[in-house]
Amino acid sequence: MDQIVANFFDLEVMARYLPDILSGFVLTIYLAVAIVLFGLALGLALAVVRAFQIRPLNWLIVFFVDLFRALPPLVIMIIFYFALPYVGVELGGFVAAWLALGFVLAAFAEEIYWAGILSVDKGQWEAARSTGLPFFRTLRSVVLPQALRLTIPPLTNRTIAITKGTALASVVAVPEILSQATAAQAFAANTSPLTMGAIAYLILFAPLVTLSRWIETRFAWRR
Amino acid sequence: MDLIVETFFNLDVLREMYPFLLDGLWMTLQLCIVIVPCGIVAGLCVAILFSFRFRPLSWLVIVYVDFFRSFPPLVLLIFIYYGLPFVGVDIPDFAAVVLALTLNTSSYYGEIFRAGIESIPRGQWEAARSTGLGFLQTMRYVIVPQAARNVAPDLTSNTLEVIKVTSLASVVAMPELLRLARVAQGLTYNPTPLIAAAAIYFVLLWPLVRLLSRMERRMIAGR
Amino acid sequence: MDKKSPILDVQGLRKSFGGLEVLKGIDLAVHPQELVFIIGPSGSGKSTLLRCCNRLEEATSGSIWVDGVDVLSRSTDINRLRQRIGMVFQSFNLYPHMTALGNVTLALRKVLKLKRDEADRRGRAALDDVGLRDKVDAYPYQLSGGQQQRVAIARALALEPKIMLFDEPTSALDPELVGGVLNVMRAMRKSGMTMVVVSHEMRFAREAADRVIFMDQGEIVEEGRPAEIFGNAKHQRTRTFLQNVLAG
Repeated sequence: MDQIVANFFDLEVMARYLPDILSGFVLTIYLAVAIVLFGLALGLALAVVRAFQIRPLNWLIVFFVDLFRALPPLVIMIIFYFALPYVGVELGGFVAAWLALGFVLAAFAEEIYWAGILSVDKGQWEAARSTGLPFFRTLRSVVLPQALRLTIPPLTNRTIAITKGTALASVVAVPEILSQATAAQAFAANTSPLTMGAIAYLILFAPLVTLSRWIETRFAWRR
Repeated sequence: MDLIVETFFNLDVLREMYPFLLDGLWMTLQLCIVIVPCGIVAGLCVAILFSFRFRPLSWLVIVYVDFFRSFPPLVLLIFIYYGLPFVGVDIPDFAAVVLALTLNTSSYYGEIFRAGIESIPRGQWEAARSTGLGFLQTMRYVIVPQAARNVAPDLTSNTLEVIKVTSLASVVAMPELLRLARVAQGLTYNPTPLIAAAAIYFVLLWPLVRLLSRMERRMIAGR
Repeated sequence: MDKKSPILDVQGLRKSFGGLEVLKGIDLAVHPQELVFIIGPSGSGKSTLLRCCNRLEEATSGSIWVDGVDVLSRSTDINRLRQRIGMVFQSFNLYPHMTALGNVTLALRKVLKLKRDEADRRGRAALDDVGLRDKVDAYPYQLSGGQQQRVAIARALALEPKIMLFDEPTSALDPELVGGVLNVMRAMRKSGMTMVVVSHEMRFAREAADRVIFMDQGEIVEEGRPAEIFGNAKHQRTRTFLQNVLAG
């Protein structure tokens, strides 16, 4: 028992590395927010373009979505960070992580938005078009508002799952929580910084997971 | 153009390194073969415990599920991999990876099964119980077969995620596909092995992604 | 068993949901081969009474005996007892992933532990009894509501219960499908099955019931032969209810 406390909850070690973990915490939040904004916006844009049903564009979008759903995010991140420099593209760790997870989120989000758009009753399109609303106006003012409501629960879950991937950025030298924690662990020869890192992730994500549970029951209830 | 082909699609490098990649693929498959069934069984247990509707037990299950959903799998993996030896628990690398990823994925599988069980109308329980079937018999013959059908898309989706998440094992030097691709990249000073690894993942998982799209579309159409 | 002792014997049954008392001391004895009809407005506690009898709801107090077994006793093997109490639901509750035969034989195989061919033989016989010999391999979605309800009846019958409880068996059916289900119930009565039926099929009650019970607000208001209740009810509440139902 003492051994566990000494190795996982050494307060002295924790105090020494708290500033490092905190700076990692802040960076993780930056990265997460950047990923969410970029991913959800790009996903929505792709879904809207897909609604126009232009064949070659559709194929491209479906390929993009399938590609980023099939590849492990870590593989994408590593290619962005370690492979692109061979042809002179130096993204840096933060941008590589941001783009990799952003694309992955965009792919999943596009699929969810698109499913939402499809689920809106055809009658809604016909009613709006019959009153003279043009295509894009119908999409924006009639269809999307209804579609987006349906997408909130799955989108929340997916967004949380993908932002948890910010921990992967430790592999491409971004000094976020996990990489600060593992570095500190190596310096201190003690696991307490990892415990702190784990707690930091819990502080960040446990409220979000609880929120997603609440959203799910609330929306399920209304149906 | 030549530069790109030579850098990313270098056949000489590929010819030299493909046995490496195949070894990695085999390890990745081994991880999947162990983790997916473990996760499914653990998830089923979680869902069944929840469905007893015994308050304290249900709370415990929710805490378990939300705890592991709040934790980035990589953090869990590193915690288990580097943390356990500190307290004298020395388990083989393979077991550490399996343990971490099973804990992580069992919470997702558990949540999926729970939702599936709750999607079955009360009348099914009552009909089965009224003919004398016990709780577990009702579960096994009446509820689970129906729930399984309802959750097939979510199950497929999560299984896809599990396969992708095994790539994290590369971070703790487990010689799976991504890890060996990076080693090969280091040996040849050429990123072709990384691209090849990505291609292997894509070929492996693309059919699942397509299947998933189909299933999701059918669910919407069925509503 | 002695002909006179009741198959179902309910005494002083009370049931509350939270603060709301939905059964306020029910006494009811049903004898072998009797068909008892329970009528009353919605929310009167009819369904709850039936559901307490096989412990789909837990009674708050009172006693229930079925075929000489104490239903509410902790030492009673409830799953074994439930085989002797057939239950038919308003919404059929067939298992959608099994054929008609699969629905009927599940409990035979898993509760009675019969071999598959023996269970199939009994299942086919039960489906034959309800006139669905040619639907054994049909899935519920391929059947009409009336056929589904007959499969549900066969599912209960196949266990050879001592008593059958019907919880509004025809309420979810289109009018033209009601007849088929009632015919099956008539045939069951002829073969001597003991039955308790909660239903609004007043014509069927008048023709087939041995006894009609009128419940309101968690109590039995009055009971008697169909002719007495329908022709000459003693209580104003009963008369008002019947006027409303028969007018509608």
